[in-house]
Amino acid sequence: MTNKVDQPRVLAVASGGGHFVQLRRMRTAWAGCEVHYVTTSDGYRAEIAAEETDGVRPELHVVPDANRWQKLRLLRQLLAIAWVVLRVRPDVIVSTGAAPGYFAIRLGRLIGARTAWIDSIANTETLSLAGQRAGKHADLFLTQWEHLSVEDGDGPRFEGSVL
Amino acid sequence: MIFLTVGTQLPFDRLTRAVDAWAAANPSATVFGQIAQPDASGYRPKNFETCAFLEPAEVERRFQTADAVIGHAGMGTIITALTHAKPLLIMPRRAHLSEQRNDHQFGTAGRFGDKPGVSVIHEEHEAKDAIDRLWTRARTSGDPDAGPAISPVAEARLTKALRTFIWNDA
Repeated sequence: MTNKVDQPRVLAVASGGGHFVQLRRMRTAWAGCEVHYVTTSDGYRAEIAAEETDGVRPELHVVPDANRWQKLRLLRQLLAIAWVVLRVRPDVIVSTGAAPGYFAIRLGRLIGARTAWIDSIANTETLSLAGQRAGKHADLFLTQWEHLSVEDGDGPRFEGSVL
Repeated sequence: MIFLTVGTQLPFDRLTRAVDAWAAANPSATVFGQIAQPDASGYRPKNFETCAFLEPAEVERRFQTADAVIGHAGMGTIITALTHAKPLLIMPRRAHLSEQRNDHQFGTAGRFGDKPGVSVIHEEHEAKDAIDRLWTRARTSGDPDAGPAISPVAEARLTKALRTFIWNDA
């Protein structure tokens, strides 16, 4: 048996589409970890199942989709993510956006998880709205554009991009 | 085959209509469009086959088999086209036309429009010439404007920074 005690449990969170495509491009960062993906579409199941390392297959948790104007759906999404966070008890939460990642990071802090927000590369001129809100609650806050990085204080750092 | 994709959030009539006009003038070219859910007065193309949404695996297959891709300036579209080294034409959604909540696609188009294989239009009237050029490039082997397929994973610097964070061994 491998030493599961030291293996971080990672919750990787993004809404479906471009955010999830970016999240998936960072997968080598959590190779060898116990990985749980959270997204808004069940359609990624086959792709996630194929990401098997050392016989360990990541899990996929699907939560309701919502944009920021759909208050009731946002609430359902929040509850679904709270359920996943409480059940999985991740050591680390990583997100590229948007609302699901914000919720996961806020909830993750409550259970003592370490959290990382990598702002979407789509946000070339200013940080995303979710990033502006989530970043200050994240232990690691990154932008994918060097000109948006802030070297001191609470702003994001630049450590390269998903491309 | 040209694959048109406007993402999952909202229809993008300005682009869909422009592609339909081009398809009408180019009946020998096959176009397939993922055009989201048009509202009651929304534009429905007459000259090519469409669907509202595609499952992620089907999106992947469409990108693989397409000769060229036309899309909104969403990162999913741009990254996937670059990963498959497909000629890409993008049109950013604009907030003042209620095509998107903010203008981030305008910025994205500005930053990615000069990547190899990528071209950008902003207005419907630019579409005809741009799609003509795209279609010519798509059928030219050894397209001088094409770039190599990009890596399927993020820059090593980023994954290293994340890995260090995840394993807490900074």
